[in-house]
Amino acid sequence: MTVGRILLIVPLTYLAIFFIYPLSSIFARSLGDESNFGFEPFGILLNDPYYLGRIWFTIWQAVVSTLLTLTIGLPVAFLFARYEFPGKTLLKAISSLPFVMPTIVVAMGFTALFGSQGLVNSALMSMFGLDDPPVRITNTLTIIFMAHAFYNYAIIVRIVSALWSNLDPNLEGSAKMLGAGSVRTFYHVTLPLLLPAIVSASLLSFAFSFTSFGVVLVLGGPEYSTLEVSIYELTAKLFRLPLAGALAIIQLGFTYFFLLLYSKFQEQSVAKIDLKPRESTSRCPTRWREKVFVIATILLLLTLLSPLVALVVRWITLDGGFATNQMANLFSDDRGSYFHLSPITIIWNSLRFALITVAISLIIGTIISYSITNVSRRWRNLADALVMLPLGVSAVTLGFGYIIALGRPPIDLRGSWLILVIAHSLVAYPFVIRSLLPVLKGMNSNLREAAAVLGANPTRVFLLVELPLIAPALLVGATFAFAVSMGEFGASLILVRVEFTTMPVAIFRFLGLPGAANLSMALGMSCLLMVVVSLGFIAIERFRYKGIGGF
Amino acid sequence: MIKSTGILVFVALLTLLVVACGSNEPGSLVVLTNDSFDIGEEVIAQFEEDNNATVTIQKSGDSGEVLNRAILEKGNPSGDLLYGIDNTFLSKALREDIFIKYESPRMEDVPSQFVLDDTFHVSPVDYGYVNINYDIAYLEEHGLTPPETLEELTGEDWKGRLVVQNPATSSPGLAFLIATVSYFGEDDDYDYLDFWADLKENDLAVKDGWSDAYYTDFSQYGGDQPLVLSYATSPAAELYFSEGAYTTPPTGNMLVDKATFLQIEGIGILKGTQNEKLAQKFIDFVLDTPFQEDIPGRMFVYPVNSKAVAPDFFKYAEVPTLPADIDADTIDANRDEWIDSWTKVVLR
Repeated sequence: MTVGRILLIVPLTYLAIFFIYPLSSIFARSLGDESNFGFEPFGILLNDPYYLGRIWFTIWQAVVSTLLTLTIGLPVAFLFARYEFPGKTLLKAISSLPFVMPTIVVAMGFTALFGSQGLVNSALMSMFGLDDPPVRITNTLTIIFMAHAFYNYAIIVRIVSALWSNLDPNLEGSAKMLGAGSVRTFYHVTLPLLLPAIVSASLLSFAFSFTSFGVVLVLGGPEYSTLEVSIYELTAKLFRLPLAGALAIIQLGFTYFFLLLYSKFQEQSVAKIDLKPRESTSRCPTRWREKVFVIATILLLLTLLSPLVALVVRWITLDGGFATNQMANLFSDDRGSYFHLSPITIIWNSLRFALITVAISLIIGTIISYSITNVSRRWRNLADALVMLPLGVSAVTLGFGYIIALGRPPIDLRGSWLILVIAHSLVAYPFVIRSLLPVLKGMNSNLREAAAVLGANPTRVFLLVELPLIAPALLVGATFAFAVSMGEFGASLILVRVEFTTMPVAIFRFLGLPGAANLSMALGMSCLLMVVVSLGFIAIERFRYKGIGGF
Repeated sequence: MIKSTGILVFVALLTLLVVACGSNEPGSLVVLTNDSFDIGEEVIAQFEEDNNATVTIQKSGDSGEVLNRAILEKGNPSGDLLYGIDNTFLSKALREDIFIKYESPRMEDVPSQFVLDDTFHVSPVDYGYVNINYDIAYLEEHGLTPPETLEELTGEDWKGRLVVQNPATSSPGLAFLIATVSYFGEDDDYDYLDFWADLKENDLAVKDGWSDAYYTDFSQYGGDQPLVLSYATSPAAELYFSEGAYTTPPTGNMLVDKATFLQIEGIGILKGTQNEKLAQKFIDFVLDTPFQEDIPGRMFVYPVNSKAVAPDFFKYAEVPTLPADIDADTIDANRDEWIDSWTKVVLR
């Protein structure tokens, strides 16, 4: 217990320095009148129908987006959890790609598909001899929902399938033997067991839609501002810090409320179960109904990924026919810009920041998760919701907080790459917590106690008994920490120097100038990003099989 | 195991923190700038060699964001110079008093119309024009002729065919809003807000940033709109970056008298710098011909130094004869109000 207490100092100090301190500095600067804390901005906001409208819109679009995300994510999670088929590893890696892609690139993919000159419209127009494009969804709410589902379904797939693949299929078998149909079995046996994971994943998906920024800005247009977008405008552009600060606190308040609701619910939904190694739970589809399901879900998945495919196609076919020199262009630079970095350096930057982010997130996330499971029931929900708060903080608020708070001795981080991995890890470690907690809470404590009774010290118990059990969840957390860092963009753009350019930042910079060559470079870098991230996902997956023996 | 690893990493982090502190030593210059900035590596290397110094150029978002950052860091700047203050934000920067005065001897080569700030806290470096571009192929295909007046844009021909940027978030967006204020007036029978209301009625598309609008909405890149708010130099850049695919630009400029915006960008030395002398040399260098002649091919804007020779393809970069006439102080006094009114009319 004392060891746990000492360890807890690590994440608490980290959060105090890199989260609470910068955040309170920017809030004090925004709302403080040097001496007193001003409440006026809250009054202004809560009496302005525009901002009330933004709050309401932010909530309901997040609910709709999450439901849509679940609808798409669950069948895919089932597919990956229960069936073996050729190309599964690759498909699984690719299926998580959307989570990483910069929004402007995804927007270009959507335009290539659904724009008035896009594939879908061209096909429909030539098929039915129409004069006008029949599908018009650019700059609408529909495309925001679609994009949120596109971005976040990977969260549902990864977290739910991690638990699903370790559920004992015999439980379902027994239910069926006792006469329950497939539907009843799902509702009464599988669903309750999966519930912790489903709710966990939904919460993350909800949080991401709730604080959605890029998707709304790039795909929807400014009519559909979320709170996050309003905070960004007020802070970075209009520089109305008091209003921005008040709105950021309101957003944080709502986030905390939803997190509390969630952890209350989560508390009741955990059932202690024995987990099974995944080799014994998944198999090849045999009956025709299973085969139809597998094929249909794979088709759904491919449809979902089509914007990314469209990007690759667009890159290859830019300027008409196949341009073989697109790749060569990406790697050669005859323009001699001060800001030029070779793609190799850019990839290496992204990778090393991602790996450091993964390391920090795993350490912080694991310690916090263990502490939360050990905290007394009364405080557990409050603490659980509190440590998830970084998900609800507007990136620009935190970024400006860093500039104020971490900008003078003893800690001047401005211009350092550390500020980047710190910002990334704050978004990444909640994923570790969310994937780990359901497993920790569901774990039968008999194992731990048995080992302890047999004389193993806590370190040995952790390494030999618990680590193998929590490894799959840790790997899911690692996957997301990796993805968050590889795809992060806002903080990277504002906070780093040339030599630390990451892949998403490079893409954004290419798109800063007009012209086909710039588009080609941006698309090429996007394709490289997809390849690098897929390889990363596959590597993490391999690590699971080789290192931990497939639990 | 985990315990010692955790503590080790934490100690390592703290050590790195301490190491990361203490930049800004003499002989090293940090230039804060915005995302659109670019310059040749050898140009900067020349300055470094001549002055036995190192130069670090740090981009920190767009021009508005960089300025706001500099204001937040007032007195304790993370850079020695700020490059990228334009005439839409000049007065705000001067009011916040973040710059040190410096009049470079090289200013003698700068025509007076480009002198941004006659108190010389900010020296002009480059300029460009904000206006609407059109997709030539699209217009031909649909039997349309390029619009010649702003009023035409509210007509049936251009319904759903224009995308602009949000003035609250984008610098060309703000420039165009100011141009419409100057063109239509604020309190006339038909003022700028009436114009924007009509544009909205005519299915105007609004995006928050230039890149989104240009690469996802402009028909040249597969989007729906053949008219996009961009720069007078964009057609020349299209030609340059087509790498031989075109012999003339695929896009054209819609240049309406008094409705294009002249955007002048400048550089200033930040208060609190430890390197004032070196920073002054950098301003001299920026205004000198090697740097000035590198500007057009990098940032696609015009150099302010009248002795600088522009590259050949820049002949396609048209110069509007009569841009909107509105001064920086008027802009500063009304900017927020215009943006608010615009937002109410167009977005809410």
